[in-house]
Amino acid sequence: MPGAGAGLPAPKAASPCATIARPRTALCLAPQQTRSPEGFSLSQALVPPSPAAAAGAAGAAAGEQALVSIEGVSFAYDSRPVLTDVSLKFARGKLIAIMGNSGCGKTTLLRLIGGVVTPQSGRVLFSGVHVDTGDLKALYALRRRMGMLFQFGALFTDLSVYDNVAFPLREHTSLDEDMIRDIVLLKLEAVGLRGAAPLRIGEISGGMARRVALARAVALDPEIILYDEPFTGLDPIALGITANLIRRLNDATGATSLIVSHDVTECFQICDYAYLLSSGRVVAHGTPQELQESTDPEVRQFIRGEPDGPVRFHYPSPPIAQELGINP
Amino acid sequence: MSKKQTETLVGGFVLLGLLAILFLALKAANLASFSFDSTYTLQARFDEIGGLKVQAPVKSAGVTVGRIASITFDNKTFQALVTLQIDQHYQFPTDTSAKILTAGLLGDRYLGLEAGGDDKNLKPGDTIKMVQSAIVLESLISSFLYNKAAESPKDAGAKK
Amino acid sequence: MTLLAFPGLVGRRCLALLAALGHATLFFVDLLRHLPGALRRPYLCIVQVHAIGNRSLSIIGASGAAVGLVLALQGYMTLSRYGQSDSLGLLVAVALVRELGPVLTALLFAGRAGTSLTAEIGLMKSGEQLAAMEMMAVDPRVRVLAPRFVAGIFCMPVLGAIFSVVGILAAYVIGVLMIGLDPGQFWSQMQDGVDVVKDVGNGVVKTVVFGVAATFIALYIGYESQATPEGVALATTRTVVVSSLVVLFLDFILTALMFTAP
Repeated sequence: MPGAGAGLPAPKAASPCATIARPRTALCLAPQQTRSPEGFSLSQALVPPSPAAAAGAAGAAAGEQALVSIEGVSFAYDSRPVLTDVSLKFARGKLIAIMGNSGCGKTTLLRLIGGVVTPQSGRVLFSGVHVDTGDLKALYALRRRMGMLFQFGALFTDLSVYDNVAFPLREHTSLDEDMIRDIVLLKLEAVGLRGAAPLRIGEISGGMARRVALARAVALDPEIILYDEPFTGLDPIALGITANLIRRLNDATGATSLIVSHDVTECFQICDYAYLLSSGRVVAHGTPQELQESTDPEVRQFIRGEPDGPVRFHYPSPPIAQELGINP
Repeated sequence: MSKKQTETLVGGFVLLGLLAILFLALKAANLASFSFDSTYTLQARFDEIGGLKVQAPVKSAGVTVGRIASITFDNKTFQALVTLQIDQHYQFPTDTSAKILTAGLLGDRYLGLEAGGDDKNLKPGDTIKMVQSAIVLESLISSFLYNKAAESPKDAGAKK
Repeated sequence: MTLLAFPGLVGRRCLALLAALGHATLFFVDLLRHLPGALRRPYLCIVQVHAIGNRSLSIIGASGAAVGLVLALQGYMTLSRYGQSDSLGLLVAVALVRELGPVLTALLFAGRAGTSLTAEIGLMKSGEQLAAMEMMAVDPRVRVLAPRFVAGIFCMPVLGAIFSVVGILAAYVIGVLMIGLDPGQFWSQMQDGVDVVKDVGNGVVKTVVFGVAATFIALYIGYESQATPEGVALATTRTVVVSSLVVLFLDFILTALMFTAP
């Protein structure tokens, strides 16, 4: 892992970064004023996870306050139920994967945490605060502590790579351009795209776009990073890069990472804990090891990718002999 | 596109717009002759104003010296009461006559002032005594026909 | 479809139209609420003025010239019959400043700037850019929509004035330089007949009103478009149609209010 400041031009002013010693940092952010009113200090996020937390499961460990708490949440789109009485707790500093087949409600979970949709029953707590979609100001204050990586990057196409990563800094902090430049370059360095800073969004590939989006998502060093299907549609090299980046970021910043994906192989390689959703319920959870050794048929079918099992191969239909008019 | 470039181009755009509006106001419209000078009021009564409208020009010797401020009907004298706003710079003698004239052959009506010879000038609020009403085409034609009709029997009588 | 189902369909359509109208009104009020926020970030508005105004200059200028030329030719043909060809300047100026300038500029604006706004917002929505902005705790209505609204309202009067001026100059070229009318009469009749407040002023008011309408419609339709390529394409055509109809309807109302004799 490259040390901070490797290969970067000498900073114009005496950058506070140089005076702070940080173990294995790919990112470095000096604690300074931000616009968030509740006094959130960015340096909080740079504390590496304590050894005790790393050893245990990511589930509700005794005495540890969960960063995100989903309590008895039910959600339905119009009349179609998506989530039914789901309760989850995500502790700080863990890399958690939420997996399941299409339509099981994984992306909806992310939307609930981000406050994009409101649950019909139950509630979502972020760091003990209720995620209330009615109060826009409070919601925005919470969102400033989150980072989200959208499936295809969702970069602003009219801005350059540099401006995209600088966007949250310019909007939410009152840092001057020199400071912002340092931070942006460091973030891009962490994802390996510092050289691509002047490029326009139309000039970069899909994999690069996702990495730029990742740099943008962590620009303000959020407490939690939400990944919506980060492995979809990537070639093997980009896949390896992305998985590696997600893990390194999680370790370096101590942020919680929540990955929604159905790529079992990659997820199991990097996550600390995983949840398996099916038809709006949690059917299994555990460390990757536990899930791989599970004997539950639903879990086995999903993990091994078996074509037929609890999730049937055939769409419900009358017997084929009947359809073809053959009398057996 | 750098910030400076964008701002310069937008500034140019705005300048173009301002010039366009200025052009319209000065060259195309009558802003140049729009005077904020103070005016004084005069009055005149007419039997017939024709198509005279409010804001029609008041001209003397062909030069606009003021505007018609209001036109009302006096129910007692059954005449039209016309209020004029004359530019403060122009003073007219008390025996000035006011005529309702037509600009061109079929143009709009305006009020023409012909100065008299008196040494005393009209004061604000005065009424112009000598007036000539508008010439209405129908009356002109009917009086012409009447004259013609009156003429022919006389001629016929004289010839006989 | 059976005949009996027809009234039901019409009724549902009417209700849907009412709902859309209500939703649009709330959106409009919301947009107005966020205007001050946009005005506090002038650079965003300036960038949009460049995108909307500067980029429309060529089509507005070309159209203004074309309309001025045609007005001059047609006007001369008719006026010369009554020996009034000296009034050509007046004819062209009044027609442009009062009516053709504001209306044609608005229609062209809807076609060029309106569709680009709709497509831009629609694509931003389908590319999840607006959702990403929301997740970054930046209100897209303040950051994206309101600056474009401000820019549209600002650009319309400017473009309208430029249209009228180019038209008048083009008419001058035809009337005086080519046909040989007297330039003095051309300008003096115009100055005599065109009132600053009543004609030029009302023309500017019209362009502002049209600007508000056309820009709002473009932004609304783009924001509410379906997040698919077909949805965006449908939205851009709808912008042109709805903007044009609304502009023409507003023109009728404004002309009735402004230019009919009291």
